[in-house]
Amino acid sequence: MKEILYRDAINEALREEMQRDKSIIVMGEDIKWSIWATKGLVDEFGEDRVRNTPISELGFVGAAVGAAMTGTRPVVEIMFDDLLPICSEQIVNQAARMRYMFGGQTKVPLVIRVPGGAGVSGAGHHSESLEAWFMHIPGLKVVIPSTPYDVKGLLKTAIRDDNPVIFKEHKRLYSTKGEIPEDDYSIPFGQADIKKEGKDVTIIATSYMVLEALSVAETLSKEGISVEVIDPRTLVPLDKKTIIDSVKKTGKVVIVHEACKRCGIGAEIAAIIAEEAFDYLDAPIKRVARLDVPIPFSRPLENCLLPNKEDIIKAVKELLAIR
Amino acid sequence: MNLSNEKLIEMYRKMLEIRYFEEKIGELFVLGALAYARGFIHLYVGEEAVAVGVCAGLRKEDYITSTHRGHGHCIAKGVQLNNVMAEILGKQTGCCKGKGGSMHIADVNVGVLGTSGIVGAGIPLATGVGLSIKLKGSEQVCVSFFGDAASNTGAFHEAINLAAVWKLPVVFICENNLYGITVSAAESTSVKDIADRSKGYGIPGVIVDGMDVIAVYEAASEAIKRAREGLGPTLIECKTYRYRGHSVMEQWAQAYRKPEEVEEWKRKDCILKLRTKFIQTNILEEEKICDIEKEVKSRVEEASNFALQSPYPENEEAIKDIYAEVEMSF
Repeated sequence: MKEILYRDAINEALREEMQRDKSIIVMGEDIKWSIWATKGLVDEFGEDRVRNTPISELGFVGAAVGAAMTGTRPVVEIMFDDLLPICSEQIVNQAARMRYMFGGQTKVPLVIRVPGGAGVSGAGHHSESLEAWFMHIPGLKVVIPSTPYDVKGLLKTAIRDDNPVIFKEHKRLYSTKGEIPEDDYSIPFGQADIKKEGKDVTIIATSYMVLEALSVAETLSKEGISVEVIDPRTLVPLDKKTIIDSVKKTGKVVIVHEACKRCGIGAEIAAIIAEEAFDYLDAPIKRVARLDVPIPFSRPLENCLLPNKEDIIKAVKELLAIR
Repeated sequence: MNLSNEKLIEMYRKMLEIRYFEEKIGELFVLGALAYARGFIHLYVGEEAVAVGVCAGLRKEDYITSTHRGHGHCIAKGVQLNNVMAEILGKQTGCCKGKGGSMHIADVNVGVLGTSGIVGAGIPLATGVGLSIKLKGSEQVCVSFFGDAASNTGAFHEAINLAAVWKLPVVFICENNLYGITVSAAESTSVKDIADRSKGYGIPGVIVDGMDVIAVYEAASEAIKRAREGLGPTLIECKTYRYRGHSVMEQWAQAYRKPEEVEEWKRKDCILKLRTKFIQTNILEEEKICDIEKEVKSRVEEASNFALQSPYPENEEAIKDIYAEVEMSF
C-alpha cells in the first residue's frame, strides 16, 4: 500500500488507463497545463490525446459524445457542477438515450469528470452539487467517490464502462490523503462501502460528507454510540442491499449530503428504504443536507448553509432519543 | 466536374425515392383516427436535391448526422426504405426497433448517426465524429445536416469553432428553407446568407442553389475532398424550400407564407429540373423516365406494405438497450 492524495489518485487512474488503451483521450478546459488531476498527462500522451478545449461546454461535450459513438473513449473534465447545465442537452438528450433511441446500435463510452462541491468560497456559480439531476436520467451512471482508494478504482471502472458516466469528484477532497495498493485494481459499480461498522444508527453519506460522517462516528463512539457509516460510492447503479441490510441492523437512518435537501439523493434513498425496509425502521428517516438556497459567497453564510458535523450529531441524537 | 449519366440517373432515382416516400408518409398520417403514422413527423418534400447531392459525394463508410427533417438524409445515405418506413411507423422491423421513430432514425452500418428531435444537436456530434476520424487517421468524413434555424443555436457556433480550431474532416450543410417552424429567417437570423457565418470561424463558406442537385453535388464534393485531405471543415448553405408544413400536423401553413411563394419555389423543383435536363440533353427518353418513376413508386409501395404488415415490438423491447451490457427486467 502507498499513501496518495485524492487528486493524484485520479491522475494515476487516467495515466494507467491511457497507457492501457490508446482510444482514451482526455479533454476539457485548462487541462493541459493543470497542476491537479490531469497534471503531466500531455507530456506522456501528447496533444492529440490531451486536448485543451475552448470555454464552450455544449460544443465540446457534444463533440465528446460524437467521438464516443465512433470509437474514441473520451474522458471530459467539466470544471464545476455549475457548468453542467450548459452542456446537459448533450448529456441528457444525446449521450444518455442515444443507445436506447437507436435500438441498441450505438454505445457511448464517455466519462464526464466534475470536481464539484461547495466550501471553497466558490459562490453562486462555482459550488453546486448536481448529482441528483443526473441520477434521475435513465442511461447515465453516476459515481461519487469519497476517498483516494475509491476514486482511483472507480475511475478505472468508469473509463472501461461502455456507457456515459457522470463522475463526481469534490474540490475539498482533492488534497485529502489515503492508502491505495501499489498494483492495478478497480472497483465494480454498484457496491457500497461500509466505511465504518456500527450497530446503533446508520449514516449514509456521499462525497465530502463521508469524512464528516466518519468524524461524527468517532466523536460519538466516545459517548458509547456505535455509528455505521455507509458510502454508496455509485448512485447509479445503487447498492440497495448494503443499505437495507444496515437498516435492518440499526433501525435508524440519517442520510447526509451536501446538495440541497429538496429532491436530493437523500429523497430517493429514503424512499427506497421506506418502500423496501419500512418494517425494520424504529424511527423516521432523517436527512441532513444543504438548505434549499443557492450558495452565498461570504464565508459565514456559506458555512451556515452546508451540513456539518454538529448537524449530523444532532440528527443522530434525535433518532436515538426515540424509543 | 465529371458526372456520368449513370450517376445522374442514380441521383434522380434517389430524389424520387425520397419524394414518393415522403408523400406516402403524408398519406399514412392523414388517415385520421386510423392513422398509421403518428407523432411528430417532418417531411422533406422539396429539399431532396440537398440530401441526394451531398450523399452522392460520400462513401458508405462516411458518416452523417441529421435533423428532425431527416428521412431524406437517411434514404440518400443508403438506409433501406423498408426499415426507415417501419421505424416511422414504430414497428419491430424499423432500423431502431421502433424505439426511435421519425426523429431518431439511425443505421450505423451505413454511417447514419441519427435524426434528432433537438434543433442543432447533431452539429457538435459531427464535430466529435470528425475528431474520432482524425485520431484514427482514416480517410472518412462526417457531414452534418441542419436547418437555417439551427444556425442560431449555440451548438452550431461552438461546434464549428471547435471543428475549425482542430481542423476536423467535417462538412456542415445548412439547409436554408427560410423558416424555423413558422418563424421566417428574416425575423430570426441576423444575416441573409448563413454561409457568411463561416467568416467568423475562418473556414470557407459556400452558397449553393439547393434546388439543383448537380450544383449541390459539386459544392459538397469539393468540401468533402477538402475534408479528406485534412484541410478542415466547410460550411455550405443550400437555398431550398419545404413544400409542406413544418410537420405533417401543421394547420397554419398558409398564415406565415403566401401560396404564391410556395408555387414559385415549386417551379424550381429539383426533380423536375433534372427530368427536363434528361430529356433536353438526350440522357433519357421520356418513356424511360416514366419507367423509373413507376419502378420507384412501386418500391415505395412495397416499403409501405412491409412496414404496415410488420409487427409492433413486444413490450419487453421497452426495457432493452438502456445500458450497454446491462439487462433490465420489469
